[in-house]
Amino acid sequence: MRFTKDHEWVELDGDIATVGITAYAADQLGDVVFVETPDLGKSLKSGDAMAVVESVKAASDVYAPLSGEVVEANGALGDAPETVNDQPEGLGWFAKIKISDRAEFDALMDRPAYEAFLGSL
Amino acid sequence: MSMNSVGRPTRPDQQSPGVGGSLTGARGLLQDEALIFELGGWDKTGVDLEAPKFDASDLGGLVRSAPIGLPGLSEPEAMRHYVRLSQKNHAIDLALYPLGSCTMKHNPRLNEKMARLAGFGDLHPLTPVSASQGALALMDRLAHWLKTLTAMPAVAMSPKAGAHGELCGLLCIKAAHEAKGQGHRRTVLVPTSAHGTNPATAAFVGYSVTEIAQTQDGRVDLADLEAKLSEDVAAIMVTNPNTCGLFERDIVEIARLTHEVGAYFYCDGANFNAIVGRVRPGDLGVDAMHINLHKTFSTPHGGGGPGAGPVVLSAALAPFAPAPWVVSGPNGFDLIESPEGEAVQGFGRMVAFQGQMGMFVRAYAYMLSHGADGLRQVAEDAVLNANYIKARLSKVMTPAFPEGPCMHEALFDDHWLEGTGITTLDFAKAMIDEGFHPMTMYFPLVVHGAMLIEPTETESKLELDRFCDALIALANAAKGGDVERFTGAPYLAPLRRLDETQAARKPKLTWKPVSQTPLAAE
Amino acid sequence: MRYLPLTPADRANMLSVIGAKSIDDLFIDVPGVAQIRDPFDLPRHAGEMEVERELAALAAMNRPAGSGPFFCGAGAYKHHIPATVDHVIQRSEFLTSYTPYQPEIAQGTLQVLFEFQTQVAALTGLDVANASMYDGSTACAEAVMMAQRVTRRNKAVLSGGLHPHYAAVTQTIASAESMEITRLAAAIDAEAAVIASIDTDTACVVVQTPNAFGTVTDVSKIAEAAHAAGALLIVVTTEAVSFGLLKSPGEMGADIAVAEGQSIGVGLSYGGPYIGLFACKEKYVRQMPGRLCGETLDAEGRRGFVLTLSTREQHIRRDKATSNICTNSGLCALAFTIHLSLLGERGLKSLAALNHSRARELRDALAAVPGVEILTPRFFNEFAVRLPANAIETVEALVGRGIIAGVPYSRLAPEAGMDDVLLVAATETTTEADIAALVAALKGRTGQ
Repeated sequence: MRFTKDHEWVELDGDIATVGITAYAADQLGDVVFVETPDLGKSLKSGDAMAVVESVKAASDVYAPLSGEVVEANGALGDAPETVNDQPEGLGWFAKIKISDRAEFDALMDRPAYEAFLGSL
Repeated sequence: MSMNSVGRPTRPDQQSPGVGGSLTGARGLLQDEALIFELGGWDKTGVDLEAPKFDASDLGGLVRSAPIGLPGLSEPEAMRHYVRLSQKNHAIDLALYPLGSCTMKHNPRLNEKMARLAGFGDLHPLTPVSASQGALALMDRLAHWLKTLTAMPAVAMSPKAGAHGELCGLLCIKAAHEAKGQGHRRTVLVPTSAHGTNPATAAFVGYSVTEIAQTQDGRVDLADLEAKLSEDVAAIMVTNPNTCGLFERDIVEIARLTHEVGAYFYCDGANFNAIVGRVRPGDLGVDAMHINLHKTFSTPHGGGGPGAGPVVLSAALAPFAPAPWVVSGPNGFDLIESPEGEAVQGFGRMVAFQGQMGMFVRAYAYMLSHGADGLRQVAEDAVLNANYIKARLSKVMTPAFPEGPCMHEALFDDHWLEGTGITTLDFAKAMIDEGFHPMTMYFPLVVHGAMLIEPTETESKLELDRFCDALIALANAAKGGDVERFTGAPYLAPLRRLDETQAARKPKLTWKPVSQTPLAAE
Repeated sequence: MRYLPLTPADRANMLSVIGAKSIDDLFIDVPGVAQIRDPFDLPRHAGEMEVERELAALAAMNRPAGSGPFFCGAGAYKHHIPATVDHVIQRSEFLTSYTPYQPEIAQGTLQVLFEFQTQVAALTGLDVANASMYDGSTACAEAVMMAQRVTRRNKAVLSGGLHPHYAAVTQTIASAESMEITRLAAAIDAEAAVIASIDTDTACVVVQTPNAFGTVTDVSKIAEAAHAAGALLIVVTTEAVSFGLLKSPGEMGADIAVAEGQSIGVGLSYGGPYIGLFACKEKYVRQMPGRLCGETLDAEGRRGFVLTLSTREQHIRRDKATSNICTNSGLCALAFTIHLSLLGERGLKSLAALNHSRARELRDALAAVPGVEILTPRFFNEFAVRLPANAIETVEALVGRGIIAGVPYSRLAPEAGMDDVLLVAATETTTEADIAALVAALKGRTGQ
């Protein structure tokens, strides 16, 4: 699993990347009440606004960690947004992207680097 | 003497200690109250209307056949329902609302009486102009007060609230730019401390919003402003006094720099209560400013509205004001309702009809009552009250900007709560148990754990001391480790803390019958 | 001064606690050049008596609707409001309370809003309603913006039967968002033209029923045509009492229903404050503007109500909000819900039937006046007539005879070329004598 400075995580399987927000981010947000996932087929560049995650008092943008095309969105979050709090780095994933540039993934932080980054905040 | 043996205990200690807690869940005077849909009056009505012989031949077959699903109440039941509900509300008539930038001042009852005069309350908006001269005259006189107090030559009266006024002001600015061939300007500058309506309004009008940084002493960073001003900027939106409760010392320079690049200065007038009668925004270089009649001019908040937000305009923006316009002529007042004549450049229409006349009457009665001298005193007492609170509370809480006086509101951060395990939110909820509505929390966003307190001028010194004594006691309890008092608060309100997460995850926005057909019970 | 509790002794005491010598020290941040020393060219303070005198004099120059025969509608209607309503809305706890951001001490307001939302959903025949908007015209504009968000299309078509002020407001607001607004020509019966104007770029069509000419319209065919093209149908109603008798917007296929609620509980007040009703289908709720109140539980498991789905709103979303609206029409919502609770379904139906009955009497009486032509084929409590003369002049002349005869259509839309069209309304407050007086005056005008 790789990580961004905006607290997104990526799990790559072939050229399909599963993306979500980290446990740290979910904890900072508080109770998640709604997730606006991207449309299927949407084309994203790394850094584009990809999704919005809402708690009671805040709405936070989630950015695409990689460029590519959205091939699946996590429909289960509609009925159970709390999954993002319960399993942020597992079942609480937001979307799957078919990536266009493997090098972008390689450039992301690994877990030790992300943990060190969190320590510096 | 004859002995009276029909006695009963009359001192509390002579009576039994009691069982604590009622059998029904009621708490003395405070009763639980069901929803009207649960009171079962599906065929009941509290109004006596003759039922006419009904002929549907002129309705084109469009008569509603399915039941609507509306319960009715007799008058006694209605009174009881709403009076019981009213007792679960805090109100200014009960105690201070120290809400920053809300200006929760006393709502004079004379205003209510005047608004209910038949000549105002029962006047149809499309009454012929010749039969509504008094209404137009009042609008004209109110406009005169607003223009004179602000030193601005024009005012758009129709916006129905402050945010609506912001929209009006920005639409005037957009129209003014377009008229001068400057319609390519795409950006609006807004300080980081701005109220949410400012960027929301700018985005609504199609502008992109860029934030201006703040200095250490809580004001607009002039250097950052200058760096961001350009020929692409349509306007800046600045609140003065700002949302930190501080007067922008460099306001004249801010205006000058803005005008130099051909942009306009929109001023959010939410904090006008601090300066009314002492400072005129027109003198500072403002081009447009909305005035919240429900703040500075005492019209009631009514549990969330209605408000009114007329917008004073500079000479450059005046021609673009929206319909309708009240104009005076040899035969009295007239109403121009479409863009024509002197109003031909108007950007359009904000509302059907003339605006919040009911609020105009109230605000005008208030202005007449205070007079120019009284309004000046209003600003002075508002500022005095806020500084008094700041002085007393600074002994236990940390002011966000300790140097120098504040204006009509005092801003604290949560530095003083560090290490107590108590947040700004917890502290605010504990205020409820002491009989006060919490102050504005977590706003402005630029201060950590912000607590913004605006007492207004209608608080007596006794009430201010009562408030300060309560907060000092709470602050000391917080620092003394009495954590549960705060984290579980409120304990004494009609309800305890509510599950807002659940309300947002599984929204239940209307009552739904448990069984399918409530009318089957008939 | 009666609204200022501080005494000179208080002020002196407080200044010394603050450590300031005078109030001017507290205004030290205001640049000297901006401080006003000279008195304003405005009067000094006045007692209640003087204020009452001035305001009574101004009020006396206006002709209230209740002072004689009165037939104005066109978006605001004279109805009888039960005494209970005004009494309750003046209770301190309702009149002087704030927006219910602290739900523990605002359950009165919140429960009222929940009941109000339920009533509005029931009236409109839709799933959810918000806690009100400023008025019907701004609700209409907001509905069009919402349709743009939902469909991601940029075109809106406004029926020729839409109230001209509503159309103007919608056009003003929507063009700020770069929407393309098509206003169809004014028409008594506007259905066919609307259907013909729908294409696959249309975000929404806006249809009013009863419309600006009073015409009661079956919008279900328009709904079908809109939905077939992927567009939304927005239905506008300016006379809320009509919900008591007519098929609801939801029943006829509306996606969004907006209305002016003034007819129920809220007086005429020369145009404001009024109350905008806004309802939509469940699936669109997150795109809905305005405040929303929802049910939940407190820490002890008791039922309570809170403002919810706030992330749509300006104070959180800021520049990405669904609208910039910050207030609702709180006290007017309370007045509306009290009046409607007193009416109940039975009372509302009777009230609506009574309104329609009076309007039919008015229509029959006017149809018998030579030169007067009834234009509206199907109506609730308002319809359009063609006069044998200029409508504005006729109305002005009748003012001199103590009669407010109605609203000339040309006052609302001077460019429509309908200078002889008059909109007349009758409600439960209209009497036989009123109608007779109008008829006599009109006959007098035409010399018949």
